[in-house]
Amino acid sequence: MSDEHDHTDPPSELALRVKALESLLLEKGLVNADALNAIIDTYEHKVGPHNGARVVAKAWTDADFRAALIADASSAVADLGYSGRQGEHLKVVENTAQIHNLVVCTLCSCYPWTVLGLPPAWYKSAPYRSRAVREPRRVLEEFGTIIEPKVKIQVWDSTSEMRYLVLPLRPAGTDNWSEDRLQQLVSRNSMIGVELARSADPQVRRD
Amino acid sequence: MKGGHDLGGRQGPGPINPEPEEQEPVFHADWERRVFALTLASGMLGKWNIDESRHARERQESTAYLRNSYYENWLVGLEKLLVEKGLLQQDELGECMVGTADAAIDKLRVPDASAIEKILRSGGPTLLVADTVPAYAIGASVQVIKSSATGHTRVPGYVQGSIGVVVAHHGCHVFPDKNALGEHVGEQLYAVRFSAIELWGSSAENADVMIDLWEPYLEPVSK
Repeated sequence: MSDEHDHTDPPSELALRVKALESLLLEKGLVNADALNAIIDTYEHKVGPHNGARVVAKAWTDADFRAALIADASSAVADLGYSGRQGEHLKVVENTAQIHNLVVCTLCSCYPWTVLGLPPAWYKSAPYRSRAVREPRRVLEEFGTIIEPKVKIQVWDSTSEMRYLVLPLRPAGTDNWSEDRLQQLVSRNSMIGVELARSADPQVRRD
Repeated sequence: MKGGHDLGGRQGPGPINPEPEEQEPVFHADWERRVFALTLASGMLGKWNIDESRHARERQESTAYLRNSYYENWLVGLEKLLVEKGLLQQDELGECMVGTADAAIDKLRVPDASAIEKILRSGGPTLLVADTVPAYAIGASVQVIKSSATGHTRVPGYVQGSIGVVVAHHGCHVFPDKNALGEHVGEQLYAVRFSAIELWGSSAENADVMIDLWEPYLEPVSK
């Protein structure tokens, strides 16, 4: 249960087992081939963290939207066209000078699909699921994120159908930036809470 | 029962080693892509709900759950549900051969590609009309039960027995323990805050853990 969990190079036996199951279900008429492709296309190309980045950038520039988002995130993001599976009951949690939010699902892999797409492999891994609730600062350090000791870390363990999206702090030096430009600073990881939003200064960016 | 999936707070799992965000693909192999789509499409047949689906993945030896990769656990769960719900015969798995026709299948509605967007955009809300009011007010101290559940439950082991404070009412949501048995009933759902010191002892970091817990998982704290 360690680095072998990196989801690459599966044994071909597994690939064959999946192929056999798919053939069986198609042959029995239990699934539709075009429907399978439509599902994959949705989460590989349409629904992803660019949705959440738009939500965050809008919240940074539009105080009314931000208030609506904090009050009822499901409705506020539905108005932008983001609704549905694994985002039915969305809550946005704001980072402040006093609180840094971090999201995990210790029991499985609950994640706000409508605004972030499917979770990264590390989010579903045993190390992250075990450690995020017990030693969040050490976990953040592994992402290169240092949070001052006086700032409280608030960890959200997604045990229910409520889904959590972190609203990161707006980076300094972006006062006159447009919403479109701000979106470029909103990483997926900042919306899970393992990183801060990207710096406005490209010199200090790690990416 | 603390299964292999109940990972919160376990010690010694090693570093996280995240793949850089810009480099990580949505799927790491084609078979993962297929398992994902097959799981969602099969779920759309309406023969099981999300908690039955989670429970099917959890019902494995702990070592098997932990040894399997993520989508391998999805595959295990899917094969199990297809057989248990009578859509496939156990001996058909891995054979690519269709067994005897099953009358139950003829009555199923199988979504085609044109139906997918609407289904995914609708999702499956779990908020129900409440016929109860929350027993615990915002600010109330509550103690988490020590669960003896042998089936599916969503009360993590690491929080059982601990005392926290109610910080929000989410309303009446489908109760997973019963939903996993096919009983669609609601219970009041709360956001409960626990200090890291309460959960992990005095050497804990400056942190709180917020957990959504249904009313049957909670007991009043006697003062």
